[in-house]
Amino acid sequence: MSKVYLNCKEALKGTAFDGMTLMCGGFGLCGIPERMIDALKESKIKNITAISNNAGIDGAGLGLLLETKQISKMISSYVGENKIFAEQYLNGEIELEFNPQGTLAERIRAGGAGIPAFYTPTGAGTKISEGKESRKFEGREYIMEKGLRADLSIVKAWKGDTEGNLIYKKTARNFNPLMATAGNVTIAEVEYLVEPGELNADQIHTPGIFIQRIIEGSHYDKRIENLTTRKENV
Amino acid sequence: MAWSRNEMCARAAKELKDGYYVNLGIGMPTLVANHIPEDVKVILQSENGMLGMGPFPIEGEEDPDLINAGKQTITALPITSYFSSADSFGMIRGGHIDLSILGAMQVAQNGDLANWMIPGKMIKGMGGAMDLVAGVKKVVILMEHVAKDGSAKLVSNCTLPLTGAKVVDMVISDLGVFEIINESVKVIELASNVTLEEVRDKSEVVIRP
Repeated sequence: MSKVYLNCKEALKGTAFDGMTLMCGGFGLCGIPERMIDALKESKIKNITAISNNAGIDGAGLGLLLETKQISKMISSYVGENKIFAEQYLNGEIELEFNPQGTLAERIRAGGAGIPAFYTPTGAGTKISEGKESRKFEGREYIMEKGLRADLSIVKAWKGDTEGNLIYKKTARNFNPLMATAGNVTIAEVEYLVEPGELNADQIHTPGIFIQRIIEGSHYDKRIENLTTRKENV
Repeated sequence: MAWSRNEMCARAAKELKDGYYVNLGIGMPTLVANHIPEDVKVILQSENGMLGMGPFPIEGEEDPDLINAGKQTITALPITSYFSSADSFGMIRGGHIDLSILGAMQVAQNGDLANWMIPGKMIKGMGGAMDLVAGVKKVVILMEHVAKDGSAKLVSNCTLPLTGAKVVDMVISDLGVFEIINESVKVIELASNVTLEEVRDKSEVVIRP
């Protein structure tokens, strides 16, 4: 059975439904699955709980699914770049659960690795700890956080082979390899889809077992949120 | 005279020791990197998944796949490595980062830090701040001594929701350098012509000389 799909719409078939939980890779707009987000927008699937470090910006990333009001809840660490999100949140149209970034990453890692919960020092003694079990280890307080899984994970890699082995590029890796492990179904979109043997097996970041479907995307926008440069030789 | 932002960053840079792995927060802390002396080798970590962060790129050489935690374009160095967010926070939470410099809204005498939310206002999120203060060996706060509305930021108790409890080791403000030690605030250094009296006036906490 081939994992390769010709386009995102086909890849999405049978994996997305109203009320689903979605993990979406990326940090800011870096390493986001642009073409799968487009396909989700087109699918008109509603009432999505989106697990993503950020909420995109107006007109890009998950911002596209916010415009169409397809997301009803976000689990994120930072949503400061998105005006539409702020509006919908203040109107009570969207629910928001903040997780510290490292806690979010570890919850996803744990979910994918079959670990239902873990203890972390992050957030002990803060609002984040309210309603959570806490426990002392060697005199220090830790809070219990639960693993996260999703009905569907969409991730973006630089190169992938037809078996689903993936290699990410630079800081576009971020949450992608974790989310790849925690989806009941994970769809990977890659810039270059290659044949088995073309990737160096020693350098694969995500082994193909975590990927159920793969597509080669095109026309990547790769928008830069905060272009910062220096003067030469300074 | 109180220190300028540039002088504050230069003073903060003195806390970076040779061989340190350092995470600089978004905003003013990022500028501390401009003041690291050439003979001090510091390795900068960016929590979105990079160790060994280089300077901003020259115009035209920016790479959308290479950004820092502030989503700014950045460059790599020969020592650079990239990794996932889980590995990144393993470094942070696991105590492998020597020092972090962050901003603050309030710091209390027991080291409590508030820097992520003001009740009633739109909250952007804590990002990686809670993990950094929970795991990094030394936490230095770089902030204006007094808030824009004139209220004290160095206080006996934080009234804003905490980012971390008893996590701050040092505060560098425009008025001086302060150490949080044994649940009290001790002056390490004052900006030139700033008196202990002025610092006490602009703080809501006992300041020990």
